[in-house]
Formats: sequence, C-alpha cells, structure tokens
Amino acid sequence: MQANLQAHQRAHPDLLDCLWSYQNRHGYIRDEDVAQCAAQRGISEVELEGVISFYHFFHRKPAGRFTIYLNNSIVSEFNGFQRVKEAFERETGTAFGGVDPSGQFGLFETACIGLSDQEPAALINFHPFTNLTTLKVKHIIAELKKGVPVEEICDEVADNIRYTPGEGRTLFLRDYFPGSAVAKLRGLTPEQVIDEMNRSKLSGRGGAFFPTGLKWGLCRQQESSPKYVVCNADEGEPGTFKDRVLMNTMPGLVLEGMIIAGYAIGASVGILYLRAEYTWMKGKLEKAIEQFYRMNLLGLNAAGIEGFNFDIRLQLGAGAYVVGEETAMLNSLEGKRGESRVKQYFPVERGYLNQPTVVNNVETLCAAARIMELGADFFLKLGLPESPGTKLISVSGDCHLPGIYEIEWGMKLEELLELCQAQSPYFIQVSGPSGECASMAEKDRVLSNDGLRCGGALMVFSHHRDILQILINFADFFKEESCGVCTPCRAGNFIIRRKLEKVRLGLARQSDYDEIRQWGRIMEMSSRCGLGKTATNSLVKALSAFPEYFAEKIQGEEDRLNKEFNMERAIAEYEKFRS
Amino acid sequence: MAKQVKIKIDGKEIQAEEGRNLVEVAKENGIFIPSLCYYEHIDPPLGTCRVCTCELNGKPVPACMQKVKQGMDVKVNTPVLNDTRKAIVEMMFAEGNHFCPACEKSGDCDLQHMGYEMGVSVSRFPHIFKDRLVDFNPKRMVIEHNRCVKCRRCIEEVLTSDGQQVFSFFNRGNETIVAIDYEQEARLSQEQALHAMQICPTGAILVRGASFGRPFGGRRFDLRSQNPESKKPAPAPQPQKGGKKGKPKKKVIATISLAGCFGCHMSMLDIDLGFMDLIDLVEFNKSPINDIKEFTQKCDIGLVEGGCCNSENIEVLREFRKKCKVLVAVGECAIWGGLPAMRNLVPLEECLEEAYLNSMTTEPGEHIVPYHEDLPKILDKVYPINEIVEIDYFIPGCPPNAEHIWKAVKNLLWGEQYSILYSEFKYD
Ligand SMILES: Cc1cc2nc3c(=O)[nH]c(=O)nc-3n(C[C@H](O)[C@H](O)[C@H](O)COP(=O)(O)O)c2cc1C
Ligand code: SF4
Ligand code: SF4
Ligand code: SF4
Ligand code: FES
Ligand code: FES
Repeated sequence: MQANLQAHQRAHPDLLDCLWSYQNRHGYIRDEDVAQCAAQRGISEVELEGVISFYHFFHRKPAGRFTIYLNNSIVSEFNGFQRVKEAFERETGTAFGGVDPSGQFGLFETACIGLSDQEPAALINFHPFTNLTTLKVKHIIAELKKGVPVEEICDEVADNIRYTPGEGRTLFLRDYFPGSAVAKLRGLTPEQVIDEMNRSKLSGRGGAFFPTGLKWGLCRQQESSPKYVVCNADEGEPGTFKDRVLMNTMPGLVLEGMIIAGYAIGASVGILYLRAEYTWMKGKLEKAIEQFYRMNLLGLNAAGIEGFNFDIRLQLGAGAYVVGEETAMLNSLEGKRGESRVKQYFPVERGYLNQPTVVNNVETLCAAARIMELGADFFLKLGLPESPGTKLISVSGDCHLPGIYEIEWGMKLEELLELCQAQSPYFIQVSGPSGECASMAEKDRVLSNDGLRCGGALMVFSHHRDILQILINFADFFKEESCGVCTPCRAGNFIIRRKLEKVRLGLARQSDYDEIRQWGRIMEMSSRCGLGKTATNSLVKALSAFPEYFAEKIQGEEDRLNKEFNMERAIAEYEKFRS
Repeated sequence: MAKQVKIKIDGKEIQAEEGRNLVEVAKENGIFIPSLCYYEHIDPPLGTCRVCTCELNGKPVPACMQKVKQGMDVKVNTPVLNDTRKAIVEMMFAEGNHFCPACEKSGDCDLQHMGYEMGVSVSRFPHIFKDRLVDFNPKRMVIEHNRCVKCRRCIEEVLTSDGQQVFSFFNRGNETIVAIDYEQEARLSQEQALHAMQICPTGAILVRGASFGRPFGGRRFDLRSQNPESKKPAPAPQPQKGGKKGKPKKKVIATISLAGCFGCHMSMLDIDLGFMDLIDLVEFNKSPINDIKEFTQKCDIGLVEGGCCNSENIEVLREFRKKCKVLVAVGECAIWGGLPAMRNLVPLEECLEEAYLNSMTTEPGEHIVPYHEDLPKILDKVYPINEIVEIDYFIPGCPPNAEHIWKAVKNLLWGEQYSILYSEFKYD
C-alpha cells in the first residue's frame, strides 16, 4: 500500500499545546525539547521543525524574558508606529527582530493584533498594551526593569461599543443571560433547529457568507461520526476586532452557539480555536466554559437534553493569519503546519481528523444563539428582506469614534462614516486588506449581504494619507502571511511587493499598472486558497477607483530606457575598493 | 467496471470512466494539460504548483484535482488559460535560480520541459535572485534549494521504512524551503534515495555519484516533447515587431557581447556556409564579427549577448538601444543574467576578495582589487538587459541554437514565416 502522507501523517491534536508549554517555560523551544517532543510522538525532527517554523510565535532561539510584539498594521503605522518602535528600541537598547544582550527584552513586529481601535498597540508576554506613546513606552520599560509583573501594568482592553440599532432592533449587543438560548433547544429536533436557521437566512460572518443552515444540514446528512464543531476565533483580518468584543463582553454567547450547532449536526465535541493574540481573553473563556459545565449546559445531557453529550475545549493558535482559513485551521488543530488543504472535500464531509466538521465564525455562532433565543422571526424583522439581521462592524482609522458598530444591513456607507465621525474620508477599506477599497464616489452603496459586503472591518483613511503606503502595508502583510504551499501566492505576493516598490520610487509606467492587473488576475485564478485569490483585490480596485492618484505616479515612455536602474546605487559597493 | 460518462474538453466529446483523473483522461485523448506536482499515485493530489489551471464549467480550477464526472465541461486551451499557466512557470523560474547549463538534471527536468512546451523564452517577472543554500550535509544526497519548486512530492513520497518523514517544508511564504532530516536520510536505502532524486521534478534532490546516470542527449526531454499531441514544434514566440514582406534589401546588423562568454557569437557563426548567403543580404555595423568598434549608422537590428556586469556594459547597451530599431536579447546571459549571475547570490565584496585577495594564485604582496579611473566599474549584481533598456525579442539557450537565431532574425528583418523545432528551443 502506498504511503500517503495526507492520510498517513498522523494528527497530533495536543502538539500546539505541547509546543506552547516549552515556549512558555524557557521563552523559546530548545533543541532538547524538539528531540524529546519528536521522540515521544515517533515522528522525525524535521517534521516537527516544519510545524514550529510555520508559526510566528514559536521561537527556536531565546526571545527575551519579556517578548514584545508591536503591531505593524496600517492603522498602527498611521498612529505613530515608527515613533513607538524607536522608543522601544531606545528604552530596551536593542533593535527589532532581536533580543538585548542581557536576554531581558525581545522585540518583534507582528501583524494586526485585533486592537485597531486603540493603536498603536503591543503585546508583552501576550498581555495587551494599547494607545502607546513614546512616554508610555518609557514608563512601561522602566517598570518592567524594576521587576513589576507585566500583568500589573498592562491595559484593560476597552470594548468601545459605539452604536446599536436601538431597543427592539439589537441582536448581539443586548443583555445576555447565560443559558437562555440553549434552553430553547429542549423539545426541538435537530432538524427543527436547522430549519430555524434556514428560515432566518443567516449567512456566515467569517467572510465567505455561506448560508449557515445549509452548512449545518450538509454536515448532519453525513453518516460518518463522530462529528465536530469548530469555532473560528482566529480573527486575523487586519482591522477586524468584532469577535474580540463579542467574546470579551459575552463569552457565554459563543459557547451557546457552539452547543446549538453541536446539537443540530450531532456532534459531541466543540473546539474553540483562539488566536494567540487573544491569549489575554483565554482565562475569561475558560471560566465561562467551567461555568457552563457547572450549569450543566455542557457535559453529559448537555443543556438538559437527554442523550446529548457535548464538550468544549479551547485551542490556542500560535500566530498565522492563514490559519483563519477553515481547512488550514483543521490542519493546525491536528498539530500540523497551517497550510490550507486541497479542496477535494468540504470540511462538512471530511474535516477535523477527517470527520464531518462545521467551522463557523464567532459572530455566526453568536447570531445562531440569538436566533434560537429570540426566534427567526425577530431576526427577519431586522435589516433588509433579502439580507436580514444586523452586522457587527469594527471601525478604525481616521475617525473620532473608532470601535464596534452593530448596524442593520441596509445602512449606507455614508451613514456609517457619519456615525463614526470620519475625518474627510477618502480611501475606505472594507473587510480588511483581502476585501475591497472604496472611494467616496461609492458613498451611497448599501452595506448588505448582496451589496457592499462587509465582513467586519471598515478602515477609514482621510485625504492626507498616501494610498500607496496603505497598499504597500497590505502587500507586506500578504507576503508575510502566505503559507507558501502554492506558487502563485508564494511567489506572486513577493513579486507584487517589488512592483509596488518600483511605483513608490516613481519609476513606473502605464505598462506596470497593466501588469499589476494581469498578475493580480493570475493570482486570483490560480491560487489555492482565499489568501492568494484575494491578495491583490484592493490593489487592482484602487487602480481604477483612484485613477488621478496613480496617473501622477508614472512617467512617460520616451527613450525606451529603464529608469529603475540607478548607476550610482549599482556601483556603490564597488566604490568601497577605491584606494 | 466503473461507469462510463461523457465529458467535454475544449468542445471535444470524450467518454471516460467515472472518477478517473482529468489530467490522465485528457492525455489519453490527445489533449495535453501541463502539470508539475501531479504524480499519478499520490492521492489526494498535491495541488501545489497550479500549472494545471483549467476551467471547469466556467470556473478556474486545478485540473489535477478533478475527477471525471458526467457532464463536465472543461476548457484547456484558451488564450487566458494558456497565458496563466505560462505565467506560473515563469514565476518558478523567477523565484528560483535555474542555471540550466550547469544543472545535473537538465534534459530530464519537468520544469524545464514545461518551459519548452509553453515557449517560455523570458520570464515576465523580475528574477528574485535570493541567496539559497546548497545543503551538502546529508550523507548521500545534496539538496539544491535554488532549484526546488516546492511541489511537495518528496515530502509525501520519501519516507523511511518505518514511516518517518525525511523531508518537510520549513518556514512559510516566500521563505519556505524543503528541509531534510540528516538522521532519517542516512537511514534510507540507496534505492529509496535514487527514488527521491527521480520523483523530484527538478534538480533539487541529487544523489552523490548518481546524478549523471543518463547522458545528455539521451534524456527524457532532450529531443522530444512529452506532449502526446504535439507533432507541432514548440510554439515559437511571436516577434513583437515584424518587417514588411517583399524583396530583400540589405539590412544593417550590430552585435555585441557584454557579460557573456562569446558562446552566443560562436553560435551565430554556426550556420557555416549559410553565413555566406546571409552576407549577401545583410551588412554588419558595430560588431566583433568585423571588429567595427563604433556605430557609423542607425541599424535595423541589434543582437546583444550577455547581461550587464559593469558600468561599461550599461553604457554600451544604452547606445545600442539608441542606435538599433529592434533589440534582441540573445542567450540566457542577456535574458536574465545566466551563468555570470551566479555571483548575484553572493555579496560583491566577497566575490572580489575571493577572486583577487584569497585566491590560490595570488602572489604574496599583491593583495589588491583592481580599481582605476579608466577601468569599468563593477556593478552590485549582473543585470538582465531588459532591466536596463527595453528589449523587443528574446532568444533562449546557452548558447541558443544557430538556426533559432537566424530564423528569428530573418523574421524580424523580412517577416519571413518560421517555426522553431523542439530541439532548437533550449535553455542549455
Ligand atoms: C486567508 C483567510 C483567512 C480567514 N480568516 C478568518 C478568520 O480569521 N475568522 C473567520 O471566522 N473566518 C476566516 N476565514 C473564513 C473561513 O475560511 C471560513 O469561511 C469561516 O470560518 C466559515 O465560517 P462562517 O460560515 O461562520 O463565516 C478566512 C478565510 C481565508 C481564505
Ligand atoms: S493561496 Fe497562499 S495561503 Fe493559500 S494555499 Fe496558496 S500559498 Fe497558501
Ligand atoms: S534543468 Fe530544471 S532544475 Fe535544473 S536549472 Fe534548469 S529548470 Fe532548474
Ligand atoms: S525538492 Fe524536488 S520534490 Fe521536493 S518539493 Fe522541491 S522540487 Fe519538489
Ligand atoms: S499539477 Fe495540478 S497543481 Fe500541480
Ligand atoms: S554568453 Fe551565456 S548564453 Fe551566450
């Protein structure tokens, strides 16, 4: 029998936890840890090193007793990232990407940590520090040097809930009484629960907008068992922090959503995959799980339903945006590299451990819980007929009121910009870098399931921001976060980044823009997962949405010489040999 | 027996067994779908390279992942799809460092074969020239990271007898490499090691002492395409500027060798007596062939061998751009740097010190790197000539085949129809 890895490579569901325990014990994973861990599992060291090297937060070299991750997303960049970065370097006496000689401080940049409403922000030993300034950094480092524990000086993360549709029309951000949603399960068959979801027309809130009831129904039909529910709390799309607020304000609601999904599909295990950037919420979620066990909402005869046994455990990620893609998440849960899988089966057919699995976003599961609690009819009253319900939007960037907005589908872009008091909005990024950008010419577009589909983030940039700086920040993000498994995304994102550098230097011609469009199309057509397929969306759209801006950036074609080549730069190295 | 179903590929009705792999069904029916990572008995297929991108019922999909189903409507050869697949192969060349003339696998290499098959004469993407290691540590193997296309075959296929992985991806994104486990590698049998070398579609996995098993000339892709349909020669890239048909008038040619080895010029002379006929039709201006050092007139065509490694190359090339109506990159060195670009992987300082200060033949006391006002200045790296000036046409090969050069030139000058034979389109 041919050994086939994807079937043959064993799953190690406890591997990430094991690596985290080494990492936390020593501040990095030592050679002897690798040897021991590989031997225990009977796998080769190279396989294990492959897993470790995939995740941004695992280190194979000491990373400092205080490991500092400073967010380098575009919102942070526009709010003083560079100043704060230099302050960290000054105060700790070390450069980013390294550890100071005494081994005390390790400085690293990291992609969006879900705190875009309070940037610049950093994590120190995974405790949050928000609204950083140079003075604040000076103070923090001084305290740490004195020996004050990190947890005593870290910030309380504000929820910044700015808007709800008002009494009787709010779905998510209303009072929450633990157990009230699952209580409605009693007396309903799983099919009836799925019918209720179908009737509500709820669609997924993780970005793909797949109808939730349909997904659950497909999973229920599978004969194979056991089945699993996975809650996608990886919220990695820069500018998005709605799941953070949901879990921080009502950790129980998402658990109820998982229980409901579990009941509907016939699963007995739910896993909440929490991104490592949200480690600071882990305790709270674990407490909520414990409380649910005490209330008999979890465990044997969960939620008081005879014969329905359902457990939930929490899995901490380790730093990789692509793991938010559902099949990559399944690999990660199995202790593998978080590469997306080939699309031969849907997760509802073969997911976690090759068993039928429903993967849902936090907001989707919360919505499902509220629909059970309040009824599909309540949900259908909200929003638009074809796109019912409300949506949580994380607003950040150049506006006076960054934070969470629960809006009814059907709101115009312009209204939302007014609500958040946007400052001369110019470039609006909808759904994060992998979404699309919009100019004010589109201010009348309606936010909805079939209109301007907003996955959860709205970044506002005003007139004085440089469009290219935004797009370059996005390109860097995709280049860093590509899993590397397929050619168009691995090589394409790097090549696009180079092209943008050319534009930045003022060396581009019209043909370079044509190439960006063409190359973007190639990546979209041929990449394996959503990351590569959408990476150039905003860039390509920006070319047509902001034509004047790009027209100014290019030069003519006269002499057929390539202006990119710079003789002075090219011979600088050789000039060192001048005696 | 499995159920027979009907599918359509490029409009052609085909009967096939349900559930069979689309790439294979197409191949049996004379339709070639390019593929690189696909390996018959790995299931599910790896789906990493994306070279097989086709359209299924109007949506782009990797063909290697598709199982034949009743009513499938597949498109393979449309201009957009052909260009997309070609672009992906070009990406691989731009991403790696593929010095085919110095590669053990040349002629047996699937990547190279895809390049020939699709007529890739130059990559539309700039070469990345990333410095990658060549790993000589394994006992039996050498891993040439410059050539790996991350197809994943070795990871899935090469296991020790007790099922341990020998290879694994390491890092992610653009930094991804294929790491090898030295301990496990040592436990492979010679046969398993040879199998690893053989399934690698490129020259990234070599087994010491066995990498030249098959002589050049007798290799899989040396003379023939693997495309079953392909009676036609490799598709010749269309020249971008064609002359007008009509009575030949004496045309003016200039040639130059920049950072090249004169191999391409030698090849130009390789048409032997054909050269006498040519001389009736063309006249050479600035060229090493007649030793004319300066341009005396505007030329119809300029043939450039070699890339740019110093400041003089740049000046000469810019002059060629000004003086020649059509500029042709002849050979790998001109197209993307070629063998001289091997130095692009090493900092210039190290190169010069190695050559002038640390070399075995350095006379004691003569520790000096040449530097003089009158000497050309060495550039930080070797530049492909299309990064310096606009180039109209590219002729691959190291050196290119003489027939290929002159067929292309005649076409550019007089619009003569031509086709390039598979054996005339080479990277080595
Ligand atoms: C690159 C990439 C990143 C993603 N990140 C997330 C994420 O952080 N959170 C999330 O819920 N879904 C994410 N998704 C979408 C998931 O693949 C999946 O569609 C979603 O979790 C399904 O849940 P839903 O139906 O409830 O929306 C991502 C998709 C891609 C392609
Ligand atoms: S598109 Fe990018 S992230 Fe997705 S599989 Fe390909 S390389 Fe990985
Ligand atoms: S023969 Fe193949 S592996 Fe070797 S350099 Fe050429 S393309 Fe690369
Ligand atoms: S070493 Fe060869 S077989 Fe392995 S991934 Fe690279 S190209 Fe593929
Ligand atoms: S051959 Fe289909 S993806 Fe590689
Ligand atoms: S000189 Fe290198 S290919 Fe001709």
